[in-house]
Amino acid sequence: MTVTINHYLIVSFLLFSIGFFGVLVRRNFLTILMSIELILNAVNLNLIAFSRRLSDLTGQVFSVFVITIAAGEAAIGLALTISFFRQRKTLDVEDARTMRG
Amino acid sequence: MEGGALLTGTAGWLFAIFAVLALASAIAVVAARSPVHSALFLLLSFVVVACIFILQQAEFVGAVQMLVYAGGIMVLFLFVVMLVNPGVVQAGKAFQTQFDVALVLLPVFLLPFLYILGTEKLPDVAVKPDAFRMVGDKIAGNTEAVAWVLFRDYLVPFEVASVFLLVAMVGAVVLGKRSLEKMD
Repeated sequence: MTVTINHYLIVSFLLFSIGFFGVLVRRNFLTILMSIELILNAVNLNLIAFSRRLSDLTGQVFSVFVITIAAGEAAIGLALTISFFRQRKTLDVEDARTMRG
Repeated sequence: MEGGALLTGTAGWLFAIFAVLALASAIAVVAARSPVHSALFLLLSFVVVACIFILQQAEFVGAVQMLVYAGGIMVLFLFVVMLVNPGVVQAGKAFQTQFDVALVLLPVFLLPFLYILGTEKLPDVAVKPDAFRMVGDKIAGNTEAVAWVLFRDYLVPFEVASVFLLVAMVGAVVLGKRSLEKMD
């Protein structure tokens, strides 16, 4: 079977939308962070596919940077999680409504 | 391979298997009740995506994905999940109150992205398999080729990334501290 760029675009789109949906609807703060990692993975998949389609290494280099930024963001997000938990004793984001109008 | 094809034959079927596995584990990440289950399915999806990268001749990025994502970030996630949520199954609801609204609005927001599938104007040139292994005009390996491009054309972003990691490290330490008043 011949795989073209469109197959990769569809897979990366579906991964992105699953991650996006997870960020929107999950209550647990950690699961929201994990969904953000899914989104970043989908973007990397897209970059690598285009890098191969255009025979250009730039996409792969950019992917390395995306992975680096994701690592830094995961570290800060997890530190925020711990801070959040220490204050409220729960990870439910629906309980974080002190700034609600 | 003719222009436009990325994988043919057996590799194409491998991609199909990996793609289905990646999507299934992504759905499991979002749908699992317990964050421990979500973390383990996320680990599976990272490994599968690394396999897809290797199918695309991006061996260096695949290795980095396994090392950093599966070996670093997931371990960090599991540490925090175990620290904060020792009970395996969470009591109470798993989804926020706007679940139904999001379910309806998500296709509305995202389906326009599929428009691009009908408008591909990429050059109809076949993939050059040696493009990912060339160092100058010699053939080395993917890691050497990525290093050749990274440290010549993208040196400044590389240094900025290292400053970013320093900032992230300091930020994580400060945010994770207990209480500043308790220091003396």
